[in-house]
Amino acid sequence: MQIHDTPQLKAEARNLNFYYGEAKALKGINMPIYDKKVTALIGPSGCGKSTYLRSFNRMHDLYPGNRYEGEIRFFPDNTNLLSPEVDPIEVRMRVGMVFQKPNPFPKTIYENVAYGLRVRGENNRRVLDDKVEHALRGAAIWDEVKDRLQDMAPNLSGGQQQRLCIARALATDPELLLFDEPTSALDPIATGAIEELVHELKKRVTILIVTHNMQQAARVSDFTAYMYLGELIEFGKTDEIFIKPQDKRTEDYITGRMG
Amino acid sequence: MHANSLTTEQIRALIAKGKLKDAIFKVLGIFCLAVALLVIVLLVSDMVAKGSERFTVDFFLNFASRRATQAGILSAWVGSLLVMLVTALAAVPIGVAAGVYLEEYAKRNWITEIIEINITNLAAVPSIVYGLLALGIFVYQFGFGQSILSAGLTLALLILPIIIVSTREAIRAIPAMIREGSMAVGATRWQTCRYHIIPYAMPGILTGVIIGLARAIGETAPIITIGALTFIAFLPPVPYTTGADGVTAGMFDWVMSPFTVMPIQIFNWTSRPDPAFEVNAAAAGFVLMAMVLTMNGIAIYLRYKMRKNIKW
Repeated sequence: MQIHDTPQLKAEARNLNFYYGEAKALKGINMPIYDKKVTALIGPSGCGKSTYLRSFNRMHDLYPGNRYEGEIRFFPDNTNLLSPEVDPIEVRMRVGMVFQKPNPFPKTIYENVAYGLRVRGENNRRVLDDKVEHALRGAAIWDEVKDRLQDMAPNLSGGQQQRLCIARALATDPELLLFDEPTSALDPIATGAIEELVHELKKRVTILIVTHNMQQAARVSDFTAYMYLGELIEFGKTDEIFIKPQDKRTEDYITGRMG
Repeated sequence: MHANSLTTEQIRALIAKGKLKDAIFKVLGIFCLAVALLVIVLLVSDMVAKGSERFTVDFFLNFASRRATQAGILSAWVGSLLVMLVTALAAVPIGVAAGVYLEEYAKRNWITEIIEINITNLAAVPSIVYGLLALGIFVYQFGFGQSILSAGLTLALLILPIIIVSTREAIRAIPAMIREGSMAVGATRWQTCRYHIIPYAMPGILTGVIIGLARAIGETAPIITIGALTFIAFLPPVPYTTGADGVTAGMFDWVMSPFTVMPIQIFNWTSRPDPAFEVNAAAAGFVLMAMVLTMNGIAIYLRYKMRKNIKW
């Protein structure tokens, strides 16, 4: 029991500030991300949870005028992901991401999953076949698509597309997997499948998930962070946060008095 | 019921009034459309009627001649096709690369802003100005002479803005989430362009290329300016064949050959005093139109084929 109480650190935000131009979107965030655990980010719209999530794979670097301050330390090598000396591409090679709306490429199912490997220079057909199958199995979609790997991915249903996107992220064995409201565009059954998958995936990968749905946070996560107006209000074990939140604002939010 | 709500009769009267305007606009629209279409139909049928006696195989296989009945468009259509080939080979890679750079790489600042405005303005520069530019640069400075190469490069400059603008528009239609999806697995910008942006923009790019080429194939002024011949009775040398002079042509000798193109041939015939040449001009005009329509048809077909597989 003691061992479970002190899980290993996978990443840690240290005094993280983020600016969209002049606007300060994240204010002094300090937060641990534990290895092989699911951490949920909750909070009302515009609280900065997606902004925070997208800092972990330097997605903000794609657009001009964005600026980070502080650090996100990544373990075991203690790299600062936000350091200007660290290439954002290197960060994205280690940190995978699944988006709010399923965004499969208009290519075949196979090529969608193989893409990350091809980007890494892998062109051996046998290796690709193996890894594509492994990733699709990992995303619990192999049985549904194994007979039609050459079909176009956008022809899949929304839930299947999202699991395909998870497979695409898994194919390159990320150390940390970011989920940005992955079920907000899906129906309840597809949502259930994704949640089950998240639960399964934490055996192999650390997960950080943004969700609008508090039941979802309660169901899938080990740790929960409540954010409000760019600040981290409260962080703790999910059951503790949901049963007896320490901060009045967290309590108001999770009991539905605000949000 | 609300005090200010309308009675059923009032609602019906209101709808009837609206519908009347609907009907008026519909009639007006159909009339305008009919005017536009009628003019085209008249033009084409006039050309067909006037030129019909020249629609023979000989017309396509004969060189220009002083006798109207024996004059054909062989050198003109071959010239037009070869010039188009050079134009496409020069304009497509440059235009697409410039468009991709502006959309995917260039930072947004006042310099790119100015470049963008200028590219749009370039599309409005009169074609004769391009002809003057090309006469100075390609014909004399670079010493390409009055060749297919000079003409092709001139028209390439002319249609470059069209290709750049259509490339950029096609790229802008690609959702940001596709780009982010690619970057998120660790792709570089170039990998994202090569595997996603360029292929998905291809149908739009192709449309721009064909619109550009369709404009270029009908251009007369810049080609005359650089000095295309109006009377020419030979074809550019076919690579690796030996001509009458006993010289074997190299792979690219044809690009340096003198040439004529369809619009010049037509212009030449209409300026002849002998009315028999009007028949030739009408027939050649129809052929030129058929060439443009065929190009558009191919573009529509290719775009349809490619778009079928691209959706998000």
